[in-house]
Amino acid sequence: MISITGPGIIELKVNGETRQVLVRPADTLLHALREGLGLTGAKPGCENGDCGACTVLVEGWPVKSCLMLAAEAVDREVVTIEGLNNAPIQREFVERFAFQCGYCTPGFIMNAQGLIDIHPDAGDEVINDWLQSNICRCTGYQEITEAVKAALQASRPPISQP
Amino acid sequence: MIPFDFEYHRPATIKEAVDTFAQLDTAGRNPRYYGGGTELISMARMNNLSFGAVVDIKDIPECRVMESDGDYFIMGAALTLTQLHEDNSFPLLAQTGARVADHTIQNKITLGGNICGTIIFKEALLPLLLTDSEAVLADPSGLRTVKIMDIYHEKLEMNPYEFVVRVKTLLPYLGLSHIHVKRTKQDKINYPLATICALKADDQIRVACSGVCRFPFRSLAMEQVLNDRSRAPADRVEQALHLIPGETLDDLEGSSGFRQFVVGKLLQDIINNLGAS
Amino acid sequence: MSTSIIGTDIIRKEAWDKVTGRAKYNSDISYPGLLHAVQVTSTCAHGYIKRIDYSQAITMKGVKKVITGGYYSFLTGSVLADRPPLAIDKVRYYGEPVALVIADSEAQAKAAATRVVVEYEKLVTVDSPSAAMQPEAPLIHPDLAQYRHVIEQVYPAANTNINNHEKIRKGDMDKGWNESEVIIEARYSLPSADHIAMETRNVRAEILPDGQVLIYSSSQAPFGIRKQISDHFGFDLGKVIVHVPLVGGGYGGKAAINLEFLAVMASLAVDGRPVVVSNTREQDIASSPSKVSLEAYVKLGASKDGILKAGQYTYIVGTGAYTDTGPRMGTSMTVNCTGPYNVENVWCDAYCVYTNHTYVTSFRGFGHSSFSFAVERTMDKLAAALQIDPLQLRRQNAIQAGHTSPTGVKLTESILGNVSGCLDKVEKMINWSEGDRIETDTNLVRAKGVACFWKTSNSPTDAISSATVTFNSDASVNLNVGAVEIGPSTKSTLAQILADTMKLDFNKVHVEMEVNTRTSPHHWKTVASMTTFMVGRAVEEAAHDAIRQIQSLAAIALQCSPSDLTLGEGQVYFKDDPSIFVDLAEVVHGYQFPDGSTIGSQVVGRGTYGMPRLSPLDRNTGGGKPGPYWTPGAQAVEIELDLNDCSYTILRAATVLDAGKVLNPRAAKGLVMGAMGMGLGLGSREYFIYDKDQRLQNDSLRTYKVMRIGEQPEYLVDWVETPHQASPFGARGLAEHGIIAIYAALVNALSRAAGIEFDQVPVLPETIWQKREGMI
Repeated sequence: MISITGPGIIELKVNGETRQVLVRPADTLLHALREGLGLTGAKPGCENGDCGACTVLVEGWPVKSCLMLAAEAVDREVVTIEGLNNAPIQREFVERFAFQCGYCTPGFIMNAQGLIDIHPDAGDEVINDWLQSNICRCTGYQEITEAVKAALQASRPPISQP
Repeated sequence: MIPFDFEYHRPATIKEAVDTFAQLDTAGRNPRYYGGGTELISMARMNNLSFGAVVDIKDIPECRVMESDGDYFIMGAALTLTQLHEDNSFPLLAQTGARVADHTIQNKITLGGNICGTIIFKEALLPLLLTDSEAVLADPSGLRTVKIMDIYHEKLEMNPYEFVVRVKTLLPYLGLSHIHVKRTKQDKINYPLATICALKADDQIRVACSGVCRFPFRSLAMEQVLNDRSRAPADRVEQALHLIPGETLDDLEGSSGFRQFVVGKLLQDIINNLGAS
Repeated sequence: MSTSIIGTDIIRKEAWDKVTGRAKYNSDISYPGLLHAVQVTSTCAHGYIKRIDYSQAITMKGVKKVITGGYYSFLTGSVLADRPPLAIDKVRYYGEPVALVIADSEAQAKAAATRVVVEYEKLVTVDSPSAAMQPEAPLIHPDLAQYRHVIEQVYPAANTNINNHEKIRKGDMDKGWNESEVIIEARYSLPSADHIAMETRNVRAEILPDGQVLIYSSSQAPFGIRKQISDHFGFDLGKVIVHVPLVGGGYGGKAAINLEFLAVMASLAVDGRPVVVSNTREQDIASSPSKVSLEAYVKLGASKDGILKAGQYTYIVGTGAYTDTGPRMGTSMTVNCTGPYNVENVWCDAYCVYTNHTYVTSFRGFGHSSFSFAVERTMDKLAAALQIDPLQLRRQNAIQAGHTSPTGVKLTESILGNVSGCLDKVEKMINWSEGDRIETDTNLVRAKGVACFWKTSNSPTDAISSATVTFNSDASVNLNVGAVEIGPSTKSTLAQILADTMKLDFNKVHVEMEVNTRTSPHHWKTVASMTTFMVGRAVEEAAHDAIRQIQSLAAIALQCSPSDLTLGEGQVYFKDDPSIFVDLAEVVHGYQFPDGSTIGSQVVGRGTYGMPRLSPLDRNTGGGKPGPYWTPGAQAVEIELDLNDCSYTILRAATVLDAGKVLNPRAAKGLVMGAMGMGLGLGSREYFIYDKDQRLQNDSLRTYKVMRIGEQPEYLVDWVETPHQASPFGARGLAEHGIIAIYAALVNALSRAAGIEFDQVPVLPETIWQKREGMI
């Protein structure tokens, strides 16, 4: 059993590294990442699970880190935007002008990365289902949709010729 | 930022969970069982809810099963709505869960958390009510299995230290014709004006609704009227609206009048689609 | 020779920082020792503060101080000084800050804030602009007449709720009505709404022992912050240093100076230690300023063949509990009150009034989207009455060079742009000729609506901008400007202008992303879609200044006259013989002769710009020149309405605007699409909901709904390019404009589809149902 009864050090596996961080049991994963580990790519936008700016991957699945306790992440693999390295989805966001102010971008990219990893064959409906979890106030979403589709395309294995 | 402090416990077994919960309660810690936690975290941040400890049930193996035992499809209470949706063995539940909150939050919301929470919609209950599903509950005295309909009276009535370990549904129900519809004020990601699940069993339509009044419901009286083939469908719907077992909600999402209009349209569609024998 | 990068899709400088999580926004910086201040906000929309009891809060762990309105009292405002940063004696809207709790950690401050007890004695509330105008309405500001006027052109009416009244009196109304064979009048109502920048407002402040005040803010107006903090707290202007890094969206909302006052007060309360104050999302919506509400009355007269003869426009602008830039938005509405149509006889009144709602500030479009809704809905009604195609009615009344604006500006093609050219293009784009209402199924109707806009800036007549250009020894260049990067790729567009003017490789231009009021040259504020024009002019001048310096030095090196030389490809060379050159790198840090002696030094270019010949508007007629040029455009929306359940889908949305010259097409298209999306949100779902006590009910993103992916239409964007001769490359501002007429076009389409006139926004499925059932 894992018990954390007061402020203390916990170990988190983030971006492939095991790191120690001081948390209150009531602290969210978002808070621990930003304030404890300096991983400020995940952004607070509402701290209520509505906007998706704080999305990270936990065990490969997108999670709003404002709706997860840091304590819950113990023994789970967490990947933040800082853990992506020149991923196709990042390139597509750049090349397709899929952001303006950029504040929602890490959350969108992490959600999209989860989708690419789990459902590389996703069609329009699944893309929308997943990405409706995030809000962008700048773009109107056209370029984001295009970037996600392009990154999905890039991640699919080429169809072998008969 | 949650302004108050609480303890976090993540037991590995049912026994650890119920014992921990009981000890915390005895010690005056005001504990809560914790599934996905999305509701507890957001309410705690707003100071709308306080507690001194949480007991996270997600590491308990029995809470994570998703399997058939030959008679029943068994779903652990800590399964996320996404896991149920991706698996899709129980299509009506899968579809219903796939319209709760948004997809990323569905990766966190658990079946047990959704049906036991304080938010009034609890949409995952609807398919369970329609399929006569059962729940396995645990407390320090052990496990017991109950029909969900029997302990559901506007909320699940459980013993003080009890939590839902898993839910079971007889396999034949999973393949029945069904409909899930959710109408909102305007946006897809929103609380429902009305969510209705319908199922056709033994040539009879069953319906359960959420968002219509302050609690989800399955009304046998409404079903009786809706199945009365001696009457025109429009009459049946009209009559069924009078049988909604509570005051129709009138709130930010919509007026009670509009909700009734929406429910009427949805019931009409359900009769049209499931009605023909 | 290198080809011009103007008109190419350059990728913004900070793009990779933004996709890797490395881009730093203001709240990404925290450090041990930074104290946290949490706002306690009013739960009452109008009332006297009877008691604030923080005796329990102050004893709680980590709490350093609790301050209330009496701690450092002054009234602030950008037009009328009417707002205490912390309420004094009285609260005037739900969410108004009444106390600040300062503690070691955010959790401690927040925990203590919940223990601050405030008692109110409720006052009768004012719930709408028209209610504010009633003679018996409660006075929200009984001391209105005593408030300091921050600018001259503001006309509050003592002992009323009217904080400004602006007028346009143009032509001869009697003549206009007499010539009108068809007259249409209508009333409209538009609620307040919110900017919803994804980054909520947050500020850190620290006061050093030597009197320097360090402010780190998420703001569109760093120089405005410096001025107001200096004025109100009595710090020397030069000792106030405001830092603004990348900003996570503004849309006008971060032009208001708001939390900065609270952060400085908090720091003063703890002996100058660093303190951060951040809005929760709920506070960002309810407590910080929002969008104006509007009640409008429009009366249009036209001849039988559809030529506008007269227009009367009454705009009652709800500014909420305080003015901020509200009165200026009233002015802005009068300036363009007719929409982009030629109306020779104009009578316009804009009354800005207080209500017990969240106060307002600039919002994308600066009032234009609100009044344009009223004008464009009325144009559709006029078209119906005249039995003229609504697009054709607009085309035949489109304002043109040779006409005068409502304030009497003589319009040229350069100043105005081309309205009818935009209409012609949008007509084809949306396939208008197929018909504007088509029944596609038993219950489905597809319909289209069109609307036009124009906007000029209405900026202060003394607004100025500057730029500095410093060369590095590798012949790369650093550009420093006072404009903030809030999202539109502003800094990269300025780099583009610099690169093109100096014939430099774009990658050799480095832009300082942060604004630091001590080291960045001045810029009025990053608003009004004016940055590319104003700062762009300053950048051009700085570039020319640097070129002159380079030519002078290179002329010495090459033993010629500076005018013999030109720049390009990293070289300075003879115009008529590029084979005679000196490398740019050899002359940007002084030129060293073969014998080792050196002449000259670093090339430092400077440029400034102020807008010439703008004039304040005449108090009685509104006459004057409010802005340097207009950006006009035409928009159309196609929807599909389900008559069975009253739901609808926005299928396509089109905008054609006269951009003068499109500098970065994809970035520009993105801005226009984003503005369209925001406007479609306002038309279809976004609004503030108040209860009977005027408490805001939807202050979270759970309940204040914005459009999400998949709900947006197919966006169609195209340009007309009529250069504004005084702008860099002829470019007109375009960052706001996609919002202006888009929801008018949406509601024109919905009205057409349903056969019901909708005179309010948002139009929800329930609105359609209620109207159909005759309930509203």
